[in-house]
Amino acid sequence: MWEYTGKVKEHFLNPRNVGEIENADGVGEVGSMACGDALKLTFKVDGGIIQDAKFKTFGCASAIASASALTELLIGKTVEEAEKLTNDHIADYLGGLPKEKMHCSVMGHEALEKAIACYRGEPDKVQAGNVVCECFHITDLQLERAVTDHSLKSIEEITNYIKAGGGCGQCHDTIQGIIDRVNGTLTEKPPAPKPLTNIQKIKLIEETLEREIKPALMQDGGDIQLVDVDGDRVLVKLKGRCAACAMSQITLKDYVESKLKELVAQALTVEEVVS
Amino acid sequence: MKPIYLDNNATTQVAPEVVEEMLPYYSTFYGNPSSMHTFGGNVGKKIREARAKLAELIGAQPEEIVFTSCGTESDSTAIWAALRANPDKRHVLTSHVEHPAVKNLAEYLGRNGYRVTFVPVDNQGRLDLDHLYSHLSDDTAIVSLMWANNETGVVFPVEEVAKRVHKRGIVFHTDAVQIVGKLPINMADNTIDMLSLSGHKLHAPKGIGALYIRKGTKFAPFLMGGHQENGRRGGTENVAAIVGLGKAAELAVARMDDENTRVKALRDKLETSLLSAIPNSMVNGDVASRLPNTTSIAFEFVEGESILLMLDEYNICASSGSACTSGSLEPSHVLRAMQVPFTAAHGSIRFSLSVYNAEDEVNQVIERLPPIIDRLRKMSPFWAEKERSCQTNA
Repeated sequence: MWEYTGKVKEHFLNPRNVGEIENADGVGEVGSMACGDALKLTFKVDGGIIQDAKFKTFGCASAIASASALTELLIGKTVEEAEKLTNDHIADYLGGLPKEKMHCSVMGHEALEKAIACYRGEPDKVQAGNVVCECFHITDLQLERAVTDHSLKSIEEITNYIKAGGGCGQCHDTIQGIIDRVNGTLTEKPPAPKPLTNIQKIKLIEETLEREIKPALMQDGGDIQLVDVDGDRVLVKLKGRCAACAMSQITLKDYVESKLKELVAQALTVEEVVS
Repeated sequence: MKPIYLDNNATTQVAPEVVEEMLPYYSTFYGNPSSMHTFGGNVGKKIREARAKLAELIGAQPEEIVFTSCGTESDSTAIWAALRANPDKRHVLTSHVEHPAVKNLAEYLGRNGYRVTFVPVDNQGRLDLDHLYSHLSDDTAIVSLMWANNETGVVFPVEEVAKRVHKRGIVFHTDAVQIVGKLPINMADNTIDMLSLSGHKLHAPKGIGALYIRKGTKFAPFLMGGHQENGRRGGTENVAAIVGLGKAAELAVARMDDENTRVKALRDKLETSLLSAIPNSMVNGDVASRLPNTTSIAFEFVEGESILLMLDEYNICASSGSACTSGSLEPSHVLRAMQVPFTAAHGSIRFSLSVYNAEDEVNQVIERLPPIIDRLRKMSPFWAEKERSCQTNA
C-alpha cells in the first residue's frame, strides 16, 4: 500500500473545487483513459486574478489530491503568479508524494500550463516534438524538459515523474540517450554560438518551423508557411485556423518569434505577409 | 474493528485450529525430525501425518508430496526439474495470464536460450486450445498452465490438456495455488505430472507450500542439501508450518461443501447486486468456469486505487487490477491479455471470499460501493462526456 500523507488522504476523501466552470477563461486537459489518469482544469479570471478554479479527475488517490491542491493554490493568485507554480509546489502543499506518484503532481502542472496558454490564446507547447514513449505519448521535448526541470538522472525517475518508459519498455534506450545528452551538455559550458551563414540561418529557420512550431500550431488546427527571409526579418504566412484567429498576432510574436529567437538567432523578428 | 476481508486470493486468515495445532511445535516439540532420538522422531511422525492429510485433499499418495517454502518455489522447482530432466529440449509453453511466479521465470528462460510460447486467452479469459496444441513440438520440455486464475478465478481445463500433452511425451505442470481448497481435485483421476500449491491461500500460514510430483516423474531438486523430503528438497523442515498446512488441508476437506454452496451463493449475491446497482459495470472472465469465491468486476470510467481507498475507509478489503495499485503504470497483464478495454481495466476490482465471510459483510459492500462509484464518476471527466454522448444518441 502507498504511504500517503494525511494531507493527501484528506484531499482525496474531501476534494476541493470538483467540477467544471462553464464559459471558463482557461481550460487545460491532460492525460487519457488509456494512460490511467486524466485531468481537466478550468478557471475564471477577473481583473487579472484567478477568481475560481475547478477540476475533474480520472485517476488514483494522489491524482485527485494533486488536482484538488492545485485548485486551492490557484484561487486568488494572479495569472503571472500562477504561472510560476510548479509540480513541486503541488507536492509540497500535500506534504509530499510517494516518488512513484510524482507524475500526478506533474499532470497538475501540465494542465495548469495548458489552461494558462489557453487563457492567453497561445498554442499548445507541450505536445511538440517527436513521440518517444508510445505507451504514454511522451515526446523527446517533454523528456528533455523533464530531465532539466527536475534534475532527473535515471529512467526510473523519468517514469515516476512523467510516466515515460513505464509501459512496454521499448523506448528505454532512447530515453537513456536523452538523459545522457541533456545531463552531458549541462555539465559542459555551452559553446559560444558561431554566427550563422545565410544559408545555415535559412535552413535552421525551416527546420525549427517544421519540427517545433508547425506541430504545435496544428494541434489547434492552424499552420504556418515560410515565405522569405530578409536579413533578420522572417516573413511568414499563417494558414488554417491561425489565419482567422484574433489571437494570431500574439501567436506570432509570443510564440513563433520567441521560439525562433531561442533556437536560431536572437536578432530575428517575425512578420506576417498577408496575400 | 474487524475488517471485512474479501481479498482471500491474496492471502487468507490462518484458521484458529491451525494456529492451535502449530503452537506446540514452536514451544514444546522443537526437535529436529531427522534426529536419532525419540524427541526428534516424534516430530517426524507429525510431519508424516501432515503429508498424509495434504495428500488426501488432492487425491495424491503421501510420498508424492514435497514440502517447499511457497508457491513460487514449487513453480520454479517444477519447471527447472523438467528442463534438467530433458536437457535436449529447448521449448517451454505457458499462457499469457500466469502468475508472476511462472510468467517471469518463462520470460527469463526466453532471454536465456529457450524458446517460449505464451498461449493467448479470449476476452473471457479462456485458453486458446488450438493455439496451444498447434505449438507443441518434439522440442517442448514442459507445458505449465495455471489451474485457476488469481485475478478472475477462471478455471483452465488442465486435466484435458495434460492428457493431450502427455501423448507427446511432454511434462505437464500446473500452478494450482488458487484452486486447492476451493474446488475438489483428485490427482488419482488425471495425468498431471507436477502441481504447485501454497499454504497461505487455504488458511495455513505464509512460508509453506508444496509440490506434488507424480510417481515416476523424472525429477532433480532445486534446493540441494540434506536428505529431507527424500532428497527432493534440502533444508531442515519448517515443522510448525508443515503441521499447520496438514491441519488446513484437513479443514479444507471438511469445508469444501460450504465453500461451494454458501460461499458461492454469497459471491453470487455480491456480484449480481453490484451489477444491478451500478450502471456500466461488468464481470471480467468466464462465469461458466470459475472458482466459487472470486469475482472480478469492472466499473467503467473510474480508477481502481481510488475505489479501494474509499472502501478502505469502511475497513473493506479487496484488490484491483488497475495500474496504480500494482506499482506499475499499466493495468494487470491478465486483463490486458483478455483485451479488457482501458475504460474498464483501470476500474476493475476483485473480491475473493472465504468460508469466514458472512452475509452481513457482503451486504455492507452492496450498500457502500454504489455511492463510491457514483462519487468517483462525478469527479471523472470521461463520465460527463459519456453521459453527454448518451444523451445525444437518445
